[in-house]
Amino acid sequence: MSDKGLPPNPLPKEGGDIGSPGSQAMAGPALGRPGDGAAEPILRIRGLTKRFGGLVAVGNVSLDLHVGEVHVVIGPNGAGKTTLTNLLSGDLPPTSGQVMFEGRDIAGCSADHISRMGIGRSYQKTNIFLPFTVFENCRLAAQSRTPHAFKVFSRAEGYGEINRRATEAMEAAGLAHRAERVAATLSHGEQRQLEIAMCLATQPRVLLLDEPLAGMGPHESQRMVELIKKLTAGHAIMLIEHDMDAVFALAHRLTVMVNGEVLESGTPAEVRSSPAVQLAYLGGEELLHD
Amino acid sequence: MNSRLTQLLPWVVVGVLALFPLVDSPFYIQLMTKVLIMAIFAMSLDLLVGYTGLVSFGHAAYFGLAGYALALMTPKYEAVSLWWSLPAAIGVCALFALITGLLVLRTRGIYFIMVTLAFAQMLFFVFHDTKLGGGSDGAYIYVKPAMKLGGFELVNLEKADQFYWLALVLMAATYLLLHRVLGSSFGRALVGIKVNEHRMRALGFPVFRYQLASFTLSGSLAGIAGYLAAVQYGFVNPEILSWHQSGAVLMIVILGGMGTLYGSVIGAFAFVILQEVLSNQAWFGIAAKHWQLAMGIFIMLVALYLPQGLAGLARNFRSKPVAEAGDE
Repeated sequence: MSDKGLPPNPLPKEGGDIGSPGSQAMAGPALGRPGDGAAEPILRIRGLTKRFGGLVAVGNVSLDLHVGEVHVVIGPNGAGKTTLTNLLSGDLPPTSGQVMFEGRDIAGCSADHISRMGIGRSYQKTNIFLPFTVFENCRLAAQSRTPHAFKVFSRAEGYGEINRRATEAMEAAGLAHRAERVAATLSHGEQRQLEIAMCLATQPRVLLLDEPLAGMGPHESQRMVELIKKLTAGHAIMLIEHDMDAVFALAHRLTVMVNGEVLESGTPAEVRSSPAVQLAYLGGEELLHD
Repeated sequence: MNSRLTQLLPWVVVGVLALFPLVDSPFYIQLMTKVLIMAIFAMSLDLLVGYTGLVSFGHAAYFGLAGYALALMTPKYEAVSLWWSLPAAIGVCALFALITGLLVLRTRGIYFIMVTLAFAQMLFFVFHDTKLGGGSDGAYIYVKPAMKLGGFELVNLEKADQFYWLALVLMAATYLLLHRVLGSSFGRALVGIKVNEHRMRALGFPVFRYQLASFTLSGSLAGIAGYLAAVQYGFVNPEILSWHQSGAVLMIVILGGMGTLYGSVIGAFAFVILQEVLSNQAWFGIAAKHWQLAMGIFIMLVALYLPQGLAGLARNFRSKPVAEAGDE
C-alpha cells in the first residue's frame, strides 16, 4: 500500500504532462542541489517560535529557502503552517527566533516593511480588493513598489511602468483576459489566480504561497502548478499545500510539520522514506486520497 | 457613457450657482453661502469616511478651531488680511490634525469614533472653560478679513454676494483638489485601505502614513469651512466645536452618500435647506421648534430606502443598467 505514492515519478493520476517536468524538477535537486553551505539561503529561519498563551503554534522551526527552489511545507490541519507563513510575512510577530533575510534579521518587522524588502505572500483565504477590477487590484499591488507612492496630483493610471508591471503580473497568472472584470465577480479559481498575480506585481524575491490550489478544479490546479514551476527560476518559494500531486511535482525540499514542530525535512525522497513521516502523515493522507 | 457630460456637469453646476446672487435677497444669499460652507466641511469629512474608511465623530474640532483661530488673529477694530489669516487658520488645523491623527489612528472602528469625539470634546472644553476665546460666551469678529491686492479691494467680505462668490470659489477649489487627489496613486491607496487594510499592508503600503496624510488633509480642509463660517457670522462660540456639529456634518455625508464628493454637496444642500424649511414657524407652527424630529425621520427614510444616499438617487437616474458591485 505504501509504495503506491512512493515511486520516483509520483504523478500517475491526472495531469500526465505535469508529471514529466515534475520529475525533471526533482532531478534538479538530486543532481546538484545547492545544499547547506553550498549557496547562501536567501531566507534562513532559525528556532522560530510563536506561542499563543500556553499553546505553541510554531515551535522551534528552522528551515532555509534558496532562490530557484520550492520548499514545500506539509502537515495536517493545525500543524502551524499558516502561522509560520504569518510569522515570515510579518502578519504576526514571533515570540522568539531568527528570520535572516539576506543576512539581516527581519523577525518582528511590520508586514508592509517585509513586503517592501521583497518577501511577498498569498493568502489561504482569498484576500483581494473585491470591488476593484482585476487590473486595479494588480495596479495597486505594482504601485506599492514605486519609490514615491505618495504622488498626490498626477493620475494613478498615468504611470506606464506600473501599468506594465500590473499587466505582466496578470498575464503571468493567466488573467489578462479578465483585466476589466470586477474581482468580486470572478470565479473562485480566478480569484486564487488574482491572489497570486497581486503577489507577483510586487516583484518579490521570496514567495510565500499559502495553499494556492485550495478549492481549485483539476484544470486550474494544473495551470497553477505550471505557473509556480515557471516562477521557481527567479524566486525562492515556500509553498504550503495539501494536494500531494502538486507537492511532489514541485518540491525540491519538503518539510513536514506536526503540532507546530518540524517532524522531518529534506529532499522529497528522504522525507518519503522517513518512517516517522510515513507513520504520522503520509499514510493518513493517502488513505484520504484514495 | 457620456463621460463628457459627467466631466462638464460640475462646471455647469458652479456656473449656475455663480448666478444665484441675482436673486438679490441677502437672506437667501446667506443661506446658500451656508450651504457652500457646509459642502466644503462635508467633503473634507467624506475624504475620511467615504474614501479612507475612517468614521470620525470629532470633525467639528477642526471646523471650530479655524473659526477660533480667525477670532484670535483678528485685531479688535481692524481687518486682518485674508491672505495670511486663511493659510494660518488652515495651518493650525493641519497641525492639530497631524498631532491628534498620530494618536487616534492607532485605534479602529468604534474606538476610532470615540477617540475622535474625545479630542473634539477636549477642544470644546478648552474654549468653553478658559478665557482664551471668551469662554462659553464666545468671541466676536467685529471686522471681517480684508482681501486686498495692492491697495485694491479684490473681494469685500462684508457684502453678502461677494462673500458668496468667495465661498463658491473655495468650494469648487476644494472639490477640484479632492477630485485630483482621489484620482492619484495616493487616492487609490486610500480607497484600497478602506476596502482591505490588511491586504494593503501585505502589499507593502505603509498604511499608517497614508491614513495620517488623509487625516491631516481632511482636518485642513475642514479649517477652510470653519474659517468661512466664522467670517459669515462674525462670531464664534464653543458650539461650533460641539459634538452636535460633528454629528451634523456626519449626517450630511451619509445623507448625500459616502464616497462621492458631489454627494457631500447635495447632502449639504438638502440638510441646510431642510433645516431652514422645517424650522420655519410660519409654515410649521409649533412643530418648527422640534425640527430635529422631522429631520431625523427624513434621514431614517433616506438610510432605509437610499443606502447610497441622495447621490445614489442621482446615479440611478443617470445610468440604470450599470453592473452592480462598482462600489463595494
